This record gives sequence, C-alpha cells and structure tokens, in this order.
Amino acid sequence: MRAWPRVAALFAFSLAGAAQAASTGWPLQEANTDVGSLASLQRGARNFVNHCLGCHSLQYMRYSQLAEDLALTEDELRDNLMFTGERIYDPMRSSMPAAKAHEWFGNAPPDLSLITRSRGVDYVYTFLKSFYVDATRPTGANNALLPNTGMPNILAGRQGEQLPRYQQQAGADTKPVRHLVGLDPGAPGEMTAPEFDGFVRDTVAFLEYVAEPAKAKRKSLGVWVSLFLLMFTAFTYFLYQEYWKDVK
Amino acid sequence: MAESKSATTPGTGRLARFGAWIDERFPMTKMWKEHVSEYYAPKNFNFWYYFGSIALFVFVLQIVTGIFLTMSYKPSATEAFGSVEYIMRDVEWGWLIRYLHSTGASAFFIVVYLHMFRALLYGSHRKPRELLWIFGVLIYLALMAEAFFGYLLPWGNMSYWGAQVIVSLFGTFPLIGDALIEWIRGDYFISDITLNRFFALHVVALPLALLFLVVAHILALHEVGSNNPDGVEIKKHKGADGLPLDGIPFHPYYTVKDLYGLSVFLVLFAAVVFFAPEMGGLFLEQPNFEPANPLLTPKHIAPVWYFTPYYAILRAVPAFLNTQVWGVLVLFAAVLLLFFVPWLDRSPVKSIRYRGPIYKTALMVFAADFIMLGYCGLKPAVAPFTTMSVIGTIIYFAFFLAMPWYTRIDSHKPEPARVRM
Repeated sequence: MRAWPRVAALFAFSLAGAAQAASTGWPLQEANTDVGSLASLQRGARNFVNHCLGCHSLQYMRYSQLAEDLALTEDELRDNLMFTGERIYDPMRSSMPAAKAHEWFGNAPPDLSLITRSRGVDYVYTFLKSFYVDATRPTGANNALLPNTGMPNILAGRQGEQLPRYQQQAGADTKPVRHLVGLDPGAPGEMTAPEFDGFVRDTVAFLEYVAEPAKAKRKSLGVWVSLFLLMFTAFTYFLYQEYWKDVK
Repeated sequence: MAESKSATTPGTGRLARFGAWIDERFPMTKMWKEHVSEYYAPKNFNFWYYFGSIALFVFVLQIVTGIFLTMSYKPSATEAFGSVEYIMRDVEWGWLIRYLHSTGASAFFIVVYLHMFRALLYGSHRKPRELLWIFGVLIYLALMAEAFFGYLLPWGNMSYWGAQVIVSLFGTFPLIGDALIEWIRGDYFISDITLNRFFALHVVALPLALLFLVVAHILALHEVGSNNPDGVEIKKHKGADGLPLDGIPFHPYYTVKDLYGLSVFLVLFAAVVFFAPEMGGLFLEQPNFEPANPLLTPKHIAPVWYFTPYYAILRAVPAFLNTQVWGVLVLFAAVLLLFFVPWLDRSPVKSIRYRGPIYKTALMVFAADFIMLGYCGLKPAVAPFTTMSVIGTIIYFAFFLAMPWYTRIDSHKPEPARVRM
C-alpha cells in the first residue's frame, strides 16, 4: 500500500489544526509519589507482582536490578516477588500469551515499563482510581479517564465499587446526552479510601521507578555535581579576575 | 624555526628539544601562536561573547557522548527503541551519557541562537565578516539537519511521526514531490531503511560537515579578527610594536574568561541533566517514551522546541492553488534569508550602541517575535495561535526584507575611535 496519501492527509490535518484527538476532560488527580522512598517502592513492587504482572510485562526491568535498587536480597526477591520459573537476570515478563490476550481483552495489555514517562504519574494514578460499574461493558466496568478500556476493574475488591453519576444535557441535535460528571462510592471494599489511595500511590511510585531506575540516583548525584560546579565556578571567577587585573 | 624555538621554549631540556623537533616538521608553535597565544581579541567583550566558545564545547560534548551512545545503540527498527532503554538501564552510566547528549542537543540550539543574536546586536556579520557569518549560517543549517536526523534514532512515536511530517514537506513539490520523498526515505514509508540512513547521516556525514564548517568559521574569524560590542576595528589603532592597542592575547585572557563563562553554563546545564532532563516535555517529549507505531498518531505532533519557530511559519501559510508547497517555500525562504543579512543591513555603524531607535526597536520586536513563533509552533494550530503565527511570520519577514530601508533612514550616533570597556 502506498503510504503517501495517508501522510499527505496527516500533513494537511496538522496544517488545518484538525489533528487534535478528543480528550475526555476528566480531571487528573495528583499522585504525589515519592520515588526516593524505599518502603513505598517495595510496597509498590509487591502490589505490582500481585495484581498487575499477570497481564502487564515490564520488559525493560530485570529482577536483579529491582533487587539491587530496592535493597532486597536474592532470597527476599525469590520469596516475595518471583512466582514463576524465571532467573533473576530475566526481565519481568507477564506469562500471558499476547495473541490470547488480544482475543480476551480486544487489546493486548500494554507493557508498563515506561508508562509513567509516556503518560505521566498523575495519569496512571487517576486511571487506577477511575473505574466504575458499567453493566454495558463485557468486563462489567468502565473507566472515566479512558472510556471503554479493555481492562477489567481488578482492584474493585480493595477499593469497593464506584457508581457513575450522570448529568443529562442537550446535545447539538437537542436530543438529551448523558455525561459522566462524577463517581460515587458504592459497596465498600477491603480498604478505606485513604488506604486505597496509598496502595495506588505506592504502585504508581514503583512504576515511576521502573520507568527510570536511575531517577533517584540522578537526583542525589546531581546535588554533588552542582555543588562541585558552583565551587569550580568560584575558582574560575577568581582566576579570571586575577588575570584581568592588568587589562584596562 | 630556530628563532621560534628559542622564543617560546627557552632552555634545552628534553621537552624543548622535542618541541623543536616537531616544529621543524609541523607548524605546532606557529599555529598555537596564530590562533591562541598571539591572537589579539578586543578587550571589551561582554556577556554576549561567551557563546562561541560554549558552542564549541557543546559540539565536542555531543561528539564524545555520541561516540559512547553509538557503542550500545542499534540502528534497527526492531531494536532501536529497546537499545535506548538498554543504555538507560544496563549500560554503566548510560543514562548520564544519554541525558548529556539529549540535553546537549537543546543546549546547542540555545547557545547558537544567543550567538546569532549577538551578531545582530553588534553587527558582527558586517564587512569584512560576511563570509564568517555565512559559514555560521551554514553551521546552523547543518545543525538543524543533524538534529532532525538524530531525533529519529530513539525510534519513539514522536520520532516517527515527526520525521513523517518533516519528510512529507518535500512531497509538496509539484511533479517531483512523490519521487523525492521516496528517495529520502528509501522506502514507501519511514522504515528500517530510513532509520539506517538517518543514522549514517547523523553519526558520520553531518558531524564531518559540521567539523569542517566549524574550522572554516574559526579560520575566517582569525583572518579578519573579532568584532566587539562597539563595532569598531581594533586593527586601525596599533602600537609601536604593531599590535592592536585595544587587543589582548586570546590566551591567557580569554581562555580564563571563557573558562569562567563555561563553568556558569555547566552549572545550568548540569541542573537540567540531573534534575529535569525531560524539561517538562520540551527536551524529551512524552510520546517518545512509546515505541514508533505507524498505526497510532500522537495526539498532537510538534517538532522539538528549537524547530518550532519555523514550524509556526510553515503552518501560517495557507494552501493555495490546491497545494501546500507555499508554506514549505516560505519556510525555506525564512532560513535562507539569513545568508543575506550582511547586505540587507545598510546602517553606517555596526553596533547597536550607536544605532538609532528604529533598529533597536526592530531587533527587540524580532527577538520577541521569534520566541512567540516558537511558542505558537508548540501549540496545536487553533485560534488564537493561527492568527499569532500569521502575524509572527509577517514580522519575521518584515525584519529582514525591510532592513535595507529602515537601517538607512535610521539615525545613528558617531562611533568612537577606540573601544570602551
């Protein structure tokens, strides 16, 4: 197939300003993650392997690297985070076959190695908190941030149910249109709302770490590099002043 | 040769004898004197004169970090994205090398834009420095090509679609358009073949071209001598020793001064590298953390920030006679106009210090306009950015095209004979 017509159309679109995809306008909540907190990352890692890794891979994250960065021994790693027969130098892959996953969910669950860098931590945090009961969906759940997501609400047992609050509005053709305006708590889950927020925050913090394992190191090293460079600048300034005394 | 040996390397130690041995076979001491220790630069350089040496530093930084990245990067459509993540995770200090390179790209443009603005401030492009300026504009063009080819290499989704849009610009040319983009891509779409050739151009062809141009730029500078904030020629007033009265040897005076300027730059540069390498999505864009996907267009395609003024100009021109080619032509014209600046400027004085209010206003409006265009280019093409882009484009062209007229009618103050500190 010749791709040029499509590219030409794209170019024309970007010129005409029509390339903007519709966004849901669902407000993002602040994740307030702390990627420097080892405890938060360890809890997040536990949450991830228990709830997410069944479907979502972290193909760029090795178990061994995880153990090193999260201060876990090899035994702790094997006992708590490795449930299948992988070796510790293997990346964290889901064992779900992609073709089957596509068949089951309509879309293979995406790899989450870089999800917080491509979407942002607030997006992932809000997404995980925005599932609601929707009997029209095959999974029985829908998501306010990503409407008609293929992902089932796997955290419903912890969070409890959320029920949609709709508002009727007149559409462009004057027929009433239903808009999702909020989520109300339904049947309670195992966790209180603040507990669940903490649970999601830890999980998102873990994903933030996975997206850039060097992040905490980069920031702590950056302080020393900056201090050195500031001192170096002071030296070069005095050197410059000294040499330039005789230039008038 | 014997004289130069005794002049620069007194004593008859081993090192001095070795230096003499080389000097008899290669003009080492001669070059050092000509370009460093006895290159006389005006003594009144100010803040704006730091950016040439900083640009040179960033150029070297890009080459060195680029070499190390090349050791682990795989220029293949199936492996490129993963190899970048491999560099970020498994290569020792790979994350630092990559952030130095990605931040260096943006820093290069910031520094070069300030360096070019300096030329417009003090008339550094005026006679006898026209060729120096032209080499500079060629460096800028090569740098844009270098940045464009390099941006495809991480093979993220924005890399892919950005390249798609820019390459498709060439498809707007009548008759040859389709064949031209096929020739550029080497395929019917941006593919593994395109990635490989962009890699070759990014790591071999353009760095070589840049190196050659940088050498030519510096040789031209040292032939005519540096301009200065007063825009007067220091060579006109020489002392009894034949040296310019207002000149000082580049080394040690400007080597230590530039070292200070460089350290200030490094403080800011390191702050970005270590604390904000993505720069809020300006230096590393969010969609580029997803692998290239020909079936999924990013929500909003915008080039990296340093191209956005020209992207805004491209989008400001409407389709006409059923073709978009006009926008592309205007875009090329906007860049090519830079070559003619030395001849468009008709003011009897060089420096902004002695120019009248018209040029001062025009230059400030132009600088603000360039920033505004850059901002519009980052935004989707909707109101009010479309109108702002059109106005911005008109101002951009007016600055250059009306320059012969407004620089001639503008008043000016008399230039001093000697530089002021």
